[in-house]
Amino acid sequence: MAKSDSAVEHATDAPDDVRPGDPGTGIVLADAPVNPGFPPHRPRVTDQDPKKNRSAERTVFTLFYISIAGSIWAVASYLAFPIESGNLADVRMSTMYIGIGSAFALLGIGIGAVHWAKALMSDKEGIDIRHPIHGSDETRQTAIEIFEQANEESGFGRRTLIRNTLIGALVAFPLPAVVLFRGLAPQNQDPVVALSHTMWKQGLRLTKDPSGLPIKASDVTLGSVFHVIPDGLYDAPDMLEEKGKAAVLLMRLDPGDLHPSPGRESWAYNGIVAYSKICTHVGCPVALYEQNTHHLLCPCHQSQFDITHEAEVIFGPASRPLPQLPITIDAEGYLVAQSDFHEPVGPSFWERS
Amino acid sequence: MTTEIPRLQRTGFTGAAANYIDERTSISAVVKEFGRKIFPDHWSFLLGEVALYSFVVILLSGTFLTFFFQASMTDTVYNGPWVPLDGIHMSAALNSTLQISFEVRGGLLVRQIHHWAALLFVAAIGLHMLRIFFTGAFRKPRELNWVIGFTLFILAMAEGFTGYSLPDDLLSGNGLAIINGMIKGVPLVGTWISYLLFGGLFPGTAIVGRLYTLHILLLPALVLAFIAIHLVFVVVHKHTQFAGPGRTQGNVVGYPILPVYAAKAGGFFFIVFGVIVLLATFFTINPVWLYGPFDPSPISAGTQPDWYIGFADGMLRLIPPHWEFVWLNRTWSFNIIVPILILGLFIVIVMFYPLIEGWITGDKREHHILDRPRNQATRTAIGAAGVTFYAVMWAAASGDIIATHFKFAVEGVTHVLQILLILGPVIAYFLTKRICIALQKKDRSLALHGYESGRIVRLAGGEYVEVHQPLDEYERWRLVSQEADKPVIVRPDSRGRITGGRRFRASLSRWFFDDRIEPLSQAEIDAASHHGELEGGH
Amino acid sequence: MPKLNAPSTKTARKNRKVGRRHPLATVALIAIGLGLTGGVYAAVNAAPATASADTTSASQQQITEGQKVFEANCASCHGLNAVGSANGPSLIGVGAAAVDFQVGTGRMPMAASGPQAPQKPVQLNDTQIADLAAYVASLAPGPAIPTGPQISTNGDAAQGAELFRINCAMCHNVAGAGGALTEGKYAPPLAGVTPTHIYEAMITGPQNMPVFNDLNLTPAQKSDIITYLTYIQQNPSPGGYALEDLGPVSEGLFLWIFGLGAIVGLAVWITAKSN
Repeated sequence: MAKSDSAVEHATDAPDDVRPGDPGTGIVLADAPVNPGFPPHRPRVTDQDPKKNRSAERTVFTLFYISIAGSIWAVASYLAFPIESGNLADVRMSTMYIGIGSAFALLGIGIGAVHWAKALMSDKEGIDIRHPIHGSDETRQTAIEIFEQANEESGFGRRTLIRNTLIGALVAFPLPAVVLFRGLAPQNQDPVVALSHTMWKQGLRLTKDPSGLPIKASDVTLGSVFHVIPDGLYDAPDMLEEKGKAAVLLMRLDPGDLHPSPGRESWAYNGIVAYSKICTHVGCPVALYEQNTHHLLCPCHQSQFDITHEAEVIFGPASRPLPQLPITIDAEGYLVAQSDFHEPVGPSFWERS
Repeated sequence: MTTEIPRLQRTGFTGAAANYIDERTSISAVVKEFGRKIFPDHWSFLLGEVALYSFVVILLSGTFLTFFFQASMTDTVYNGPWVPLDGIHMSAALNSTLQISFEVRGGLLVRQIHHWAALLFVAAIGLHMLRIFFTGAFRKPRELNWVIGFTLFILAMAEGFTGYSLPDDLLSGNGLAIINGMIKGVPLVGTWISYLLFGGLFPGTAIVGRLYTLHILLLPALVLAFIAIHLVFVVVHKHTQFAGPGRTQGNVVGYPILPVYAAKAGGFFFIVFGVIVLLATFFTINPVWLYGPFDPSPISAGTQPDWYIGFADGMLRLIPPHWEFVWLNRTWSFNIIVPILILGLFIVIVMFYPLIEGWITGDKREHHILDRPRNQATRTAIGAAGVTFYAVMWAAASGDIIATHFKFAVEGVTHVLQILLILGPVIAYFLTKRICIALQKKDRSLALHGYESGRIVRLAGGEYVEVHQPLDEYERWRLVSQEADKPVIVRPDSRGRITGGRRFRASLSRWFFDDRIEPLSQAEIDAASHHGELEGGH
Repeated sequence: MPKLNAPSTKTARKNRKVGRRHPLATVALIAIGLGLTGGVYAAVNAAPATASADTTSASQQQITEGQKVFEANCASCHGLNAVGSANGPSLIGVGAAAVDFQVGTGRMPMAASGPQAPQKPVQLNDTQIADLAAYVASLAPGPAIPTGPQISTNGDAAQGAELFRINCAMCHNVAGAGGALTEGKYAPPLAGVTPTHIYEAMITGPQNMPVFNDLNLTPAQKSDIITYLTYIQQNPSPGGYALEDLGPVSEGLFLWIFGLGAIVGLAVWITAKSN
């Protein structure tokens, strides 16, 4: 029984628990089990056998040698595997050989140092004594006195008008900085207006994404799906933002499969329908069209829309149907919009309705 | 008249240098204070270090990347080795990311080191927090350090997300689209926050530059500051330790910083770094060349965030259809509001759990000996319920991939996870609690009677008994060293009233300590071992 | 955003701000328009358009043999004269391409009914497939099996990649790793699929895949897509093993299991007592 350290005996857990603080619901057992104290130290093989000790020493410096070799290897690989040819296989080689060298360089140091600590450095455990986290009573008393003295000397508690106006000023002074952040977005634009309209207007041709070529109604055969952008999109000054609102999916169904609500019968053209591609949930492109079920699936959150029923939501977290773009054909037989969407596209926003 | 200035006795260069520095910095006091500071040894105590070291790796690799990366959404044309993007328009951000990958020697390696280290950073924080939670290391005096650490977890996720979005590729761009949609769904302020954040409509041309500033300036500064505070508290509190022979609430037993701990912890840094480099050497991460430039029209199947944002994405997926209403001429997107509230509530509860548990138990003592998870059955059960809740949300974020890989319908996966989100934590709670109590009973029997040796002997009376091999006293101590608790009792307050709050607290406390098993007393142990000796005498 | 105007050379790609007013655009448009006028009638009649019905090369003997194969393997679901039944759709007008795809990838004959016919070992031999294709093609005009330049892998991989992202990646994933559809259906991974089968899938729209007729994606554009898919298969990721190209989910799982797993293992070693 090697109660080798006197520190152990003064502080077994209970009943002489000397920790500060209110035990609350903690109870001190009168007959708590007794801490047996430290077990005897068990020497390692490296402590007992000089041969093992030397062998461990060899392992450690060998690992450090390996690390050095790894570093050299990595530098050599940097030089030996150029990637400027533009060949991707060279990039793979360069990445791999520099990486292998660096990994050996790092792991050699790490494993070597740990092995050194475990096998060769003293394995006698040490003991620190804990002290209560709070300051001593004397320190705490002094701290209180300092505050009281400061209060007395400044009159912080007494001169209430000074104190309260200071608090008011401190609250007010960041406000200009907050206002400055209005400048993060253009001043002369109202987001609600900008979100409520897209590029689509009467007579604007539907064109293919990304070629921008117009689409004839006859091009859209049953079962096919076209990814559509408005004609002239590439001339728009803020092309991506316009595309983000105006992207449309075009597909042809048997007209008998469509179930338009009153007033929307004319929005399709011979079974060809165009729906906003931007999900009404959080705005991913809803582009997965199943030609037999006529379901659209959003790959982000799995909302599903039934094209035969005006893209109503049949599954997933979305709530509103995808807005439909009313279409027809122009004199040359190309598909054109009848108007803009009749509601804002994309994810919902507070001022939307 | 001159007085001799005392000098260090050591001579030679080291001694002279030490003397030079000490005379200007008083560093010898630091060495004296910390050089032999004791740090207890347990593998789980190294998890926080993994997080710290991966953050160092992130800083090193990230600094390299900033020398090449251009945080700009200016339109450029790619001309480089990756043929499938040759001649394609893309932002300068993606273009420079591709250049780092294919045209800077070692650039791809550093990019992959940075990203793998980022995933490891958040994962290590997560595992570290689980260790702290299940061993009760957050109890007084360490409650505030838990809050600080949890803040670091949030900051790490923010760092991760801002970094994920920087290359301006299709995958991260759609991630930003989702963030944009979520922000827009926030009542009253959502539209304007999105408008200001993106500098106009989504995607705009500002977001990459803004996220870059957050990613390399503001957030790292905050992370560093919080790490500093976190570590100062670790020094102030000294490390916790598991119960063991000789270990008490009043001491710390372990190895001194110099030399053992310095070698182990320093070596561990290189090991963590080395493992990250190995990952980056052999495994592709975030192949932006496949994703291509962001464009609001295309999208890839399997569009997912990095793992640590998965729980939020999954929560979005678990909302049933049609949770949006128009009321007072305003749009109330409960399909967004509800997930945000659930996630917010989850985060707040986890963040302040130490204060909540402290209030329920009423325990204001300092705790430096860790609980074995089984000995605090209710806390462990709460933790298991929380982990289950998080895991279900996390799984939901990969519902589509679960569906294709295990041949399920995606709808079925979602429905099962919706049910599990509610039932799972309840089941996990009761199951864990029962398991903990069963393990406590097993410990108790082990401590009293020892191991079953498998040796059957026949007693003189013809009775057969199995000989139990008693534990030695050190092993036994690990099992029997635990604190005893009882629930808070309803007591009148200073004005003699019994308030509803006090009743509530007492009932919570009764629930918390429900089914607890009283710790053994020395007398019981002695009696059992005496009995065992008699039995063993046959 | 590059344009996909007819001559798909890199010099022809213009900055997006320049718009699509490429001088050759109109020419291309007219050319395409003229060349495909013949397909319009068929399109309005909702038959798969544009691919010319290629029955001339099939001999009558092939057709007769094909009919026998059909009656032995397909007729139970698709009806005696391929007119369809409750168990399978009509095959009138699906063309040789559909047969070559469905049977050539082992999807047909189906082993068991399910949400979708999975790819499996091919059931019939090449001659039987050719005969069957000839028979189905003889029933009504339909898309022929692509040949020559259509399935060339010398197209423009960059244009192919862009078209793939817009038209295909939402289901098949940007790297062609596949993805989930509704109700247990899925878009299969594209690794290892032959150029011919990819082309056939685009023109016939098997199962729930939409049809990409030649007016939507021109034969040259289809060849570009095939070129891209071939490129990414022939050029494994420069970053190392790609974890099945499943993106952040596989990366996250890998990190937790192997990355953190390795580090925890090493941490256990570091703190274990030396013997």
